[in-house]
Amino acid sequence: MTTTVLPRVNYLNVRHGVASWLLTKDHKRIGIMYLVVVTIAFFLGGLFATGVRIELTTPQGDFVSADTYNRLFTMHGVFMVFFVLVPVVPAVLGNFVLPLMIGAKDVAFPRLNLLSWYVFVFGFIFTITAMVTGGVDTGWTFYTPYSSSASNSNVMLTGIGVFITGFSSILTGLNFMVTIHRMRAPGLTWFRLPLFVWALYATALVMILATPIIAITIGMMALERALGFGIFDPRLGGDPVLFQHLFWFYSHPAVYIMILPPMGVISEVIACFSRKNVFGYSFVAFSSLAIAVFGFLVWAHHLFVAGISPYSAMVFSFLSFAVAIPSAVKVFNWTATLYQGAIWWRAPMLWVFGFIGLFLIGGLTGLFLASLGLDVHLHDTYFVVAHFHYIMVGGAVMGFFAGLHYWWPKMTGRMYPNWAATTAALLVFFGFNLTFFPQFILGYLGMPRRYHAYSEEFQVLNVLSSAGASILAVGYTLIASYLVFSLFRGQAAGANPWRATGLEWKTESPPIPDNFTETPIVNEGAYKYSEREIEVA
Amino acid sequence: MPDIVASHADPGDHAHHPALQHHFQTLEQQQEASTLGMWIFLVTEVMFFGGLLMAYLVYRVWYPLAWSEGSLELDIRLGAFNTVVLIGSSLTMALAVRSAQTGAQKATVRWLLLTMALGLTFLVVKFFEYREKYLLHHIPGPNFQFEGPEAPHVQIFLSLYFGLTGLHALHMIVGFSILAVITWMAHRRRFSPEWHTPVELSGLYWHFVDIVWIFLFPLLYLVDRAHHLS
Amino acid sequence: MLEGIPLFPVQASNLAPEVDNLYFFVTAITAFFALIVVFFVIVFAVKYRDHTGEKVGAPITGSIWLELGWSIVPFLVSMAIFAWATIVFFHLVRAPDQTLEIYSTGKRWMWRFQHIDGQSEINELHVPLGRPVKVTFTSEDVLHSLFIPAFRVKADAIPGRYSSIWFTPTRAGEYHLFCAEYCGTKHSGMIGRVFVMEPNEYQAWLGGGGGGLSMTARGEQLFQQLGCVSCHLTDGSGRGPSLAGKYGQQEQLADGEAVLVNDTYIRESILTPQMRLVAGYGPVMPTFQGQVNEQGLMSLIEYIKSLPSMGQPATATK
Repeated sequence: MTTTVLPRVNYLNVRHGVASWLLTKDHKRIGIMYLVVVTIAFFLGGLFATGVRIELTTPQGDFVSADTYNRLFTMHGVFMVFFVLVPVVPAVLGNFVLPLMIGAKDVAFPRLNLLSWYVFVFGFIFTITAMVTGGVDTGWTFYTPYSSSASNSNVMLTGIGVFITGFSSILTGLNFMVTIHRMRAPGLTWFRLPLFVWALYATALVMILATPIIAITIGMMALERALGFGIFDPRLGGDPVLFQHLFWFYSHPAVYIMILPPMGVISEVIACFSRKNVFGYSFVAFSSLAIAVFGFLVWAHHLFVAGISPYSAMVFSFLSFAVAIPSAVKVFNWTATLYQGAIWWRAPMLWVFGFIGLFLIGGLTGLFLASLGLDVHLHDTYFVVAHFHYIMVGGAVMGFFAGLHYWWPKMTGRMYPNWAATTAALLVFFGFNLTFFPQFILGYLGMPRRYHAYSEEFQVLNVLSSAGASILAVGYTLIASYLVFSLFRGQAAGANPWRATGLEWKTESPPIPDNFTETPIVNEGAYKYSEREIEVA
Repeated sequence: MPDIVASHADPGDHAHHPALQHHFQTLEQQQEASTLGMWIFLVTEVMFFGGLLMAYLVYRVWYPLAWSEGSLELDIRLGAFNTVVLIGSSLTMALAVRSAQTGAQKATVRWLLLTMALGLTFLVVKFFEYREKYLLHHIPGPNFQFEGPEAPHVQIFLSLYFGLTGLHALHMIVGFSILAVITWMAHRRRFSPEWHTPVELSGLYWHFVDIVWIFLFPLLYLVDRAHHLS
Repeated sequence: MLEGIPLFPVQASNLAPEVDNLYFFVTAITAFFALIVVFFVIVFAVKYRDHTGEKVGAPITGSIWLELGWSIVPFLVSMAIFAWATIVFFHLVRAPDQTLEIYSTGKRWMWRFQHIDGQSEINELHVPLGRPVKVTFTSEDVLHSLFIPAFRVKADAIPGRYSSIWFTPTRAGEYHLFCAEYCGTKHSGMIGRVFVMEPNEYQAWLGGGGGGLSMTARGEQLFQQLGCVSCHLTDGSGRGPSLAGKYGQQEQLADGEAVLVNDTYIRESILTPQMRLVAGYGPVMPTFQGQVNEQGLMSLIEYIKSLPSMGQPATATK
């Protein structure tokens, strides 16, 4: 699987110097630049989580003050949600791989792509400034009236940071949509597209339709806080719950921005490492669109105990069950893909196995929360925390790692040592379950979220959770280590180390600046691992 | 840099148009992509204003009296004048696009300048409206003063008024700046019948900003006016 | 309360077994489907593992019947869960007609409970075993949420609005009460205890002194002090409508709509009187915003509730 040397001129070495990176229009370089910022954000978010979990090893609030703790969990959420989970797969892997996958030289608007990165960094700097000048303590959800009138923390700065970053998301979504519509290679019809492209398209839909809402909602909250405008202020007859409706109208679809691209990655990796087509290709493709659409219809399931009418709650509960079905369809199709496959247990595939197990638990526990009769008890407890971490970390982050390990040789031209990658995957899987499974139990017991100190009987489960978090930290550090190591000492990977189908593997590793020497022409579907294909009756 | 990449598979066309960016195969592809991009951007703008309009909708249903009172405080003559000004500016913008399409270089510049002038007129009128509100202590916040039992709800109405028209004015300012750049490009003869996409896209944006105002004017200025006329 | 490492909360209300049964049902179903999928993933991953790295998978692309099957069956199962859960939900949110009413306000960072008889307590709530209890509450500042895990009840406390929870305690003892909506520095300190007492003990506790005026009496006091009595004459001839017997009835408004006279409407009428004006009366009632606090509002509501319909003697006059 080795080739002799890296291509003489590739996108990494075609030009040197900081300016050549900061002024690049190359989607591949921009993807790497996003990776750098996202990694820093992940590290910061992880640092805050460490603070939280250390505090929670004891029932008393004895590690940090209550105000500090409230800032720790808030900023953990803000950094992880806005600066890691939303951009990580689309802006890192998507930027890198999308044009390659469709046989294009770049995305539709390369300069806009660079602008997206600058906007992202600008928002990041604002948020970091908020952090170092005292932090913010409203929870990443910024609920009014606390955020608009009671909090003494850097709400405005953080709000501005998030507002700015939203535009990065919008512009990336816009770029991807036009790219997929207009830049496909000759012969690459929609139903020949890789499923990652379908996933990115569905994600882009959500990005452009939902993100402006969070921007304007934060804007309204900021106007209220800074200028005393009355929009959510109950003293003027305003409705604080209106903020929740507007906030979740974005933030629920946002979680689909976070999970759809990793699901796309899973499709890619599972096809390659089973050496066969994804089972039910069109169902998987359409399920991405269905999730994107339905995702807009369920936001008020975050408000079941916030005083909405029971009939309204019924409708949102029903829709929340409905949105689970397309995800279930994907999981079943991936499982069926394994049937009679030729399964290759390499690192990317291990992340896929982990994803399926953890996403299952995360998704199914969502049904508990969609159930009205249970949500009354479970809302705002650790059950919810466990549920969304299973999906976000067990799902989205592991999906990202699957993709990173899959496309790393393409991005860098280097391979990482498989034994190290396997070890890290196992550590993360085990550490993750130890961290978050006890939290389901804690939640049903009644331990509320965002608690600095808690009742004694919750301690043992909390200690287990914190122990798991330390294992997770080791796992993540290991990943960073061997990936960086591979940059200097990794084996040269060659154009197609995984012998995968897909246009991105038909070009060099790392690719030349314009991706292809000649525009490819496509005349077959994705995942053509065998000569003939049959539809099972 | 050594360009080892084969050139774009471009069977039909002759020499590359200077405006053709190298990641596109043809000028047509580039123009279609740009136009699609602008339409998608406008969709995001609809959602952006939509959040404020949702808040407006909820509170209007809850507090119809306050909406009526608050609307009465706005100067309908200035609002109507501004509406005519903006619609006029959309007309001049459309004519600018038409001129660009037909290669009428000087006319393009003139229509663009006229559009900018009308846009500026709108903003100046808005400034005077805001100033009036400031003098009457109608700006929401600690200095807000208003008579009557509906005062708190009128403050919500005015918060949304400033939010909506302020956001709209911001978009006008951005649009004005964009038109300044486009006008300069037109002055430098950068556009031709083959390629004038920036003019068209600016036109799309300008029309959108106009349409937003066409919604805002009745929603803000014309609440329950018939009732008050009698 | 520390019995080893608790893994499951105690059931202390009539609602708890309902909620728990639903929980077991959903757990069983989700565990079943999860185990099936995990089973197949493991079996396929092991059985079809390719050590050579040279093989190719079978050329299977899909099956419409499987797709339909595994879309429709999960959907039907979801609907079953949805139906059961909705039924439980309506039990949780619809209090029975006859309940022991307790009022509460949350503010940073404490809960104040007001019994009708006049007893008030801070961060503690005494309730009698076996009787349905309804707690009506609001917030004086930011969002809070009243959560009693052992009863399986929770509702957000929203400034400007009333929320309520109801339960029938079924087990004597002491249980946690938590604030479940982040509210700032001492959010995790905004906790308390619920004491479920045998009925006779509860009566003893109630009569234990230090209660002060009953809420109804307090409300009547305010009704006089704030001047309500001068416009809201019982026979309806005053400048404001009669309030006798109005609680729980439909009232015609000036704009033609009808409104249910409940806690929320009364509170709103005191604070923003012009919003929903009763038909036949002019917009002359001043606002009492700032002149009466949340406890006062709740007392006034209790007083108005106590006023019998016209034609019957009032329970307490000046």
